[in-house]
Amino acid sequence: MSGFPTLLYKEVLRFWKVSTQTIGAPVLTAALFLLIFSHVMEGRVRMYDAVPYASFLVPGLVMMSVLQNAFANSSSSLIQSKITGNIIFVLLPPFAYWEFFAAYVLAAVVRGMVVGTAVLLVTLPFVEIAFRHPLWIVAFAFAGSAVLGALGMVAGIWAEKIDQVAAFQNFLIMPLTFLSGVFYSIHSLPAFWQGLSHFNPFFYMIDGFRYGFFGVSDVNPVGSLAVVTGFLALVSGLTLALLKHGYKLRH
Amino acid sequence: MPAAIEVRDVHKRFGELRALSGIDLEIPQGEFFGLLGPNGAGKTTLISVLAGLAHADRGSARVMGHDVRADYRAARRSLGVVPQELVFDPFFTVRETLRIQSGYFGVRDNGAWIEEVMQHLDLASKAEVNMRALSGGMKRRVLVAQALVHKPPVIVLDEPTAGVDIQLRQALWQFIRRLNRDGHTIVLTTHYLEEAEMLCGRIAMLKDGRVVALDSTANLLKRVHHLFLRLRLAGELPQELRALEHGGTAGAHVLRLKSYEDVEQILAGIRRAGCRIEEMEIVQPDLEDVFVDVMHRS
Repeated sequence: MSGFPTLLYKEVLRFWKVSTQTIGAPVLTAALFLLIFSHVMEGRVRMYDAVPYASFLVPGLVMMSVLQNAFANSSSSLIQSKITGNIIFVLLPPFAYWEFFAAYVLAAVVRGMVVGTAVLLVTLPFVEIAFRHPLWIVAFAFAGSAVLGALGMVAGIWAEKIDQVAAFQNFLIMPLTFLSGVFYSIHSLPAFWQGLSHFNPFFYMIDGFRYGFFGVSDVNPVGSLAVVTGFLALVSGLTLALLKHGYKLRH
Repeated sequence: MPAAIEVRDVHKRFGELRALSGIDLEIPQGEFFGLLGPNGAGKTTLISVLAGLAHADRGSARVMGHDVRADYRAARRSLGVVPQELVFDPFFTVRETLRIQSGYFGVRDNGAWIEEVMQHLDLASKAEVNMRALSGGMKRRVLVAQALVHKPPVIVLDEPTAGVDIQLRQALWQFIRRLNRDGHTIVLTTHYLEEAEMLCGRIAMLKDGRVVALDSTANLLKRVHHLFLRLRLAGELPQELRALEHGGTAGAHVLRLKSYEDVEQILAGIRRAGCRIEEMEIVQPDLEDVFVDVMHRS
């Protein structure tokens, strides 16, 4: 029998055991974002001509939480195991490298989805929001969190110190998420920045996810999903190659 | 029947450091085998190659006939490793740790065996305690238990008794001996040479990444031909005997003898100097003497 289900279970149990920090804290952060931004912006702008700003913001905040937490899960698990040395417990068993990959990425997806659902539940009473295309919502949440789970693995495998993972998060993941249209529609940007946004894969994740709620988006959701799955394939290929060669894990 | 462990011409470098320089080793199934050597001799690197934690630059390694690279899944299933470092996962209790480790090897519903292992290692009372709350000795026991959860035919213990109290050492060896009697192959590295002498049927000594001695423990002990005479004298050791001195502790002198006949000359020397013997004992060489001798010569 394969050890994969146990590795997945262990990775989920790991964040579940410290859920105040792994679920509670990001939900509070998202709620504060909503409180502050909706207070400042309410009544000033309507997005897609008809949507109140607070309603527009909620899917963005949900997806931002999904992505950041998916990244945090796999990257922190790997770097902590490497630093404490208990990574040996997952290197000694007979895992195929793709089982190793699937367990860490799926656990990251679970964490992203759990945090995302919690953020949605907490913010729903304060905004009016539709769920026009739920399947698109799930598809983008899954694909987006899988991309970030795999990126988290790359960061966790590459880094030798916790601050290197933090740098990866603060200088790459954070700017790409903040500039992806969580807080605005890229149509409100000057032409140059609008064009540049199209090179940010996170933009397609947020935009497609938001389409699921409002049925409106900056880019056609089919195209967005194609970009996101293409990016997922690319990042997964890189991660699998690192695992197959034992980069920084097996000497 | 394939050998439990078969290592052929294994080389491993870490940058400029040659950790292993052509190791050849075959350990038949059922053996209790000792891997000895000073720090940096390559013992842990060799274990890492067997466990798939490090990849050899050249040569091959097999566990129960399975190549550690080409057939790594079968090789890893056949191997249980107790690592040298005291590592643990702070998120889980002892029982969770063991169940999870067992599941990693695809062995589920393994509760009865996990209970048995915990009983033998005196861990049962700590089953629901978080790993963080355990003492160093208890964490070491959990590491041993983790290596055994999937009942591997080959068990490698990398200095399992470093910093461990006598009670656990005895309990551990009793349990490991039982596993050996039940057919498990045991490979042990230790700095406590009396443990290796007592437990291991065969021993390999490593130095600078090479095997410098490989023989049965009995044959290795025969390699050292000298004996030792331990003396406690009322008075100074006569000048003429100082050349034979080989150390000593707490007022006792240890003299090195080529054979029993040397005793006569020594006694005569002591008599001439007018000394009185308070205590005298002839000591056979032990594995430590063999070890020192082998390391000195190679």
